[in-house]
Amino acid sequence: MSTFKPRDWGSHAPLIAPEYKSTILRGPSRSPLAIKSGLTEGTGPRFAPAAVRELDFDLTRNGVVNGEPQGERIVVHGRVMDTDGRPQSNILVEIWQANAAGRYVHKVDQHDAPLDPNFRGSGRCFTDEDGNYKFYTIKPGAYPWGNHFNAWRPNHIHLSLFGPGFATRLVTQMYFPGDPLLELDPIFLGTEDARARERLIAKFSIDRTEEGFALGYQFDIVLRGRNGTPMEN
Amino acid sequence: MSYGETPSQTVGPYFAYGLTAGQYGYDFTDIADPVVAGQDAKGEHIRITGTVFDANGAPVNDAMIEIWQADADGNYSEKPIDVADTGFRGLGRCGTGTDAKNRFWFDTVKPGVVADAEAPFVNVIVFMRGMLVHAFTRFYFDDEAELNAKDPVLQSVPADRRDTLIAKRVETSTGIEYQIDIHMQGDAETVFFDV
Ligand SMILES: [Fe+3]
Repeated sequence: MSTFKPRDWGSHAPLIAPEYKSTILRGPSRSPLAIKSGLTEGTGPRFAPAAVRELDFDLTRNGVVNGEPQGERIVVHGRVMDTDGRPQSNILVEIWQANAAGRYVHKVDQHDAPLDPNFRGSGRCFTDEDGNYKFYTIKPGAYPWGNHFNAWRPNHIHLSLFGPGFATRLVTQMYFPGDPLLELDPIFLGTEDARARERLIAKFSIDRTEEGFALGYQFDIVLRGRNGTPMEN
Repeated sequence: MSYGETPSQTVGPYFAYGLTAGQYGYDFTDIADPVVAGQDAKGEHIRITGTVFDANGAPVNDAMIEIWQADADGNYSEKPIDVADTGFRGLGRCGTGTDAKNRFWFDTVKPGVVADAEAPFVNVIVFMRGMLVHAFTRFYFDDEAELNAKDPVLQSVPADRRDTLIAKRVETSTGIEYQIDIHMQGDAETVFFDV
């Protein structure tokens, strides 16, 4: 176990970001109380290899019933590291997303766009010893939401990570480069620092693109670093 | 070389088929669920339950609560989660969308004391649509008044807000239950921590 450097609040959104209306009633109104992190935040869950099954990293196949899912196949590569650049190995990454038409499998999603019988849209994988992860999926569509008139979420994939400790827990969203909806999206814009926002946008990569099969994207994820002297690279 | 943290983003309203699939009846496995400790786990078996309220006092039906706790001996599990091993997982995850009253619940054992001069407690993370950054809090236990009075974190909380962190023990027909609600705002706003 180890302790972690303080969270860099400059990289995160305020608890209440009024343009994103739900935060007004749901974000805590008072600043969180700083406490010294100890054993309890420095430890975190470890998952047995069996937590991830063979097809869990491949959303183009893990929901197949009677054919291929519709849409543009993509492969997402990423490296999970901490703020000192240390790779984070054996970290569980969970993902979920809308289908190519912008519709979630979730029962509450009432968007009038088709479900895809061969696409569930959820998966998970572990990072390898160098902190790398990879999943195959379908590029998610944009979808409308009720925040304001003509509000549309940019294309995005939700990601959830358990870092090395409970303190490093992160839930985030990966966006796509060049999406015109980004500059209109109060969730993306909730992060006030423009450089921090850039870290939410994946990079297109022709090197990651698989000939004749899937466009490649790179989405690296940075978690809080540990206290103490960083290891040499 | 130093790298900037990846910003947190909301879990949104549609996490259930990815993160809590079993609880919500989707065809996907779970890596965590409301069972933190199986029947074989050592310790006093308890259920922790409560409701998340928004600023209007309305129950939140699309929150996800995670807890992380020590076992009955006060040890955090550093081994891979395997309930078949000792019956104890340490991690729990529950969405508030499947209970008729939008409660969360965890079946667990009461944690032991982790370090000298601390009271037993459970670590908690609150996620929901409308939160761009998740919030950390803790659940303490109301039948540990003596230890609670010495716990350094609890004592660092202003006295008039400590109650928001203390679960109430209730004996029910199905066993011992600790009840604690999470209030996002208002007079009873839960104390959240920057850990
Ligand atoms: Fe979404």
